[in-house]
Amino acid sequence: MTPLNSPPAFPGREYPEAEKLAGPLIRVENLSKYFTVSGNFPFSGRKKIVKAVDGVSFSIARGRTLGVVGESGCGKSTTGRAVLRLHEPTSGRIFYNNAEITGLDIGTLRRMRPKMQIVFQDSYDSLNPRHSVAAIICEPLKIHTCQTTLQMKKRMYEIMDLVGLNPNHAVRYPHEFSGGQRQRINIARALVLEPEFVVCDEPISALDVSIQAQVVNLFKDLQRKLGLTLLFIAHDLSMVKHISHEVAVMYLGNIMETASREAIFSMPLHPYTQALISAVPIPSPRLERSRKRIQLEGEVPSPVNPPLGCVFHTRCPIARKICREKKPCSREIFPRHYAACHLADDKGTSIIS
Amino acid sequence: MENLLEVKNLTTRFHTFDGIVHALNGVTFHVGKGEILAVVGESGSGKSVAMMSILGLLPSPPATIDAGSAKLFTKDTAVDLLTLSKAEMNRVRGRQIGFIFQDALSALNPVMTVGSQISETLVRHLDFSWGRARTRTIELMNQVGIPGAAQRLNQYPHQFSGGMRQRVMIALAAACRPRLLIADEPTTALDVTVQAQILELVLRLQREMDLSLIWITHDLGVVAGLADRVLVMYAGRPVETAPVDTLYDHPLHPYTRGLLRAVPSLDRDTKAPLESIEGLPPDLLSPPCHCQFAWRCPCVFDRCWQDNPPYLEVAPGHIVTCFYDLDNGRPH
Repeated sequence: MTPLNSPPAFPGREYPEAEKLAGPLIRVENLSKYFTVSGNFPFSGRKKIVKAVDGVSFSIARGRTLGVVGESGCGKSTTGRAVLRLHEPTSGRIFYNNAEITGLDIGTLRRMRPKMQIVFQDSYDSLNPRHSVAAIICEPLKIHTCQTTLQMKKRMYEIMDLVGLNPNHAVRYPHEFSGGQRQRINIARALVLEPEFVVCDEPISALDVSIQAQVVNLFKDLQRKLGLTLLFIAHDLSMVKHISHEVAVMYLGNIMETASREAIFSMPLHPYTQALISAVPIPSPRLERSRKRIQLEGEVPSPVNPPLGCVFHTRCPIARKICREKKPCSREIFPRHYAACHLADDKGTSIIS
Repeated sequence: MENLLEVKNLTTRFHTFDGIVHALNGVTFHVGKGEILAVVGESGSGKSVAMMSILGLLPSPPATIDAGSAKLFTKDTAVDLLTLSKAEMNRVRGRQIGFIFQDALSALNPVMTVGSQISETLVRHLDFSWGRARTRTIELMNQVGIPGAAQRLNQYPHQFSGGMRQRVMIALAAACRPRLLIADEPTTALDVTVQAQILELVLRLQREMDLSLIWITHDLGVVAGLADRVLVMYAGRPVETAPVDTLYDHPLHPYTRGLLRAVPSLDRDTKAPLESIEGLPPDLLSPPCHCQFAWRCPCVFDRCWQDNPPYLEVAPGHIVTCFYDLDNGRPH
């Protein structure tokens, strides 16, 4: 594997400091996605509604990474797909570069696709087993550009070099690669059109530890070189801490807390965030023995029938009467630190002792 | 500490269409009484195959156990698990050694109620009557923290959530009060908050029942909070064994060190990139006859390309299979 120390593949397109280009690239307001599922009996006519995502709002600045964390079934993947309109949102608005994309017809949307791409979790399922790597990476170019075969080939080798694939891998097929290598093919395919925004839907969850590190470093490196804006979905908090600038914590279709990485890990305000962070094992025996855990009782309730009031109140150790009755809105407790909790304030009322 | 299980030179191969897969190449380890041993390794390193070999759970063909011994010590005798007949093995599994599988849904019988599955082990191994087994099952389910055990007894595995199913698996494995419990990545498929609950539960049971525990995992964070001793596997061979503190503070194999540095951690500085181990594990269809890790090793020198390193006890209880002395920066 070639390390990423080669000269930038796009001369003149290197962003010296991504932070300089401020202003949100992606803005999401009140996004909801409901799925209808049939009841226990077919033809019974009774339909249930799963509120997979229920009114989430966030924005991502250019060249930054928003990490979305949460347990399985919290709607983080649905959010990622709905932002790209791979799932048609039930309600809410999505802005890309200040232009709304929620109302766009499919033709116009398709012309915007080159700017927004996705990397899926399962690196094998998301690659066509009958296509060679070359065909896989060139397909977006065929669809979205009018390049000649020679130009496409040149671009393909550029991008393969960038993600650390060997040029002679181009003629091979997906099954000939290991998980980490396959994920590089996925990344190459997503990046070949020079997108500005990439949704990464748990791209490293299925990989081994030593390979995870390779892929995470690749993402960070690519972001620095290309000024990418990332929506990084994961359930592994320590990985998210490593890659994100901002972190959003989701629970049962709602965003519970959004803050900068430093703030969320040093001073989590929402009780759920606190419990989640304390449940993550730390690879150090001494720290593990000395730290205090917040044990949550029970499990995540079903999204078909979410609890009234605050969705977390059934497991929250400090829930009060108001939590059972009224759904909390997201409030800015500290500058750029939002929490959806009735008790959250700057005096630490929501901190579990 | 007295040993409960001693595995020596375990060698397992799979005879496949493509050739012989050398899954285990001389695995040696032991578990003491009341000890928690964590077995760590990446996928394909042979950690599950080792446990399945010991318990005779591998289908043959394609698997053959070509060499080795696995001695289980009972009060005054020792039995070699690898030489037992099928019937004898059936009496050991479930009775002496309990097994918790990773995927509880496929490990449990989908058309049998949870209660009858747990009761069945009690009836088979301990000659309980079905009525008495039922009472004991309710006790067990309460013990592993399943609320409303008397009602949930009659439910099927698919009616349980992932965490609750894993609790059923644990109740099942611990039903006959075995002396050794082997858990094969029992929390990998679970969310972190549920994982924390299960870890707490297993630790409590281990203390209450004075069990020995082998915990297979790839999560170095879980190991840190759980294990007494750690066995690190790579390409079908243990590369390092040490008490948990020693291993994390002072790893002596380049692979262990690389693995520890590749793990992101909540308490770690996030500015520096993660150190990854370049390359991939060897193909076990044609394993090299020299050190398995040589291709990826940052400390490789000429001897590594000639022999397979032997087990070397560098300190009491700290065994490493490497020619290179990481401490002094030169070959041993």
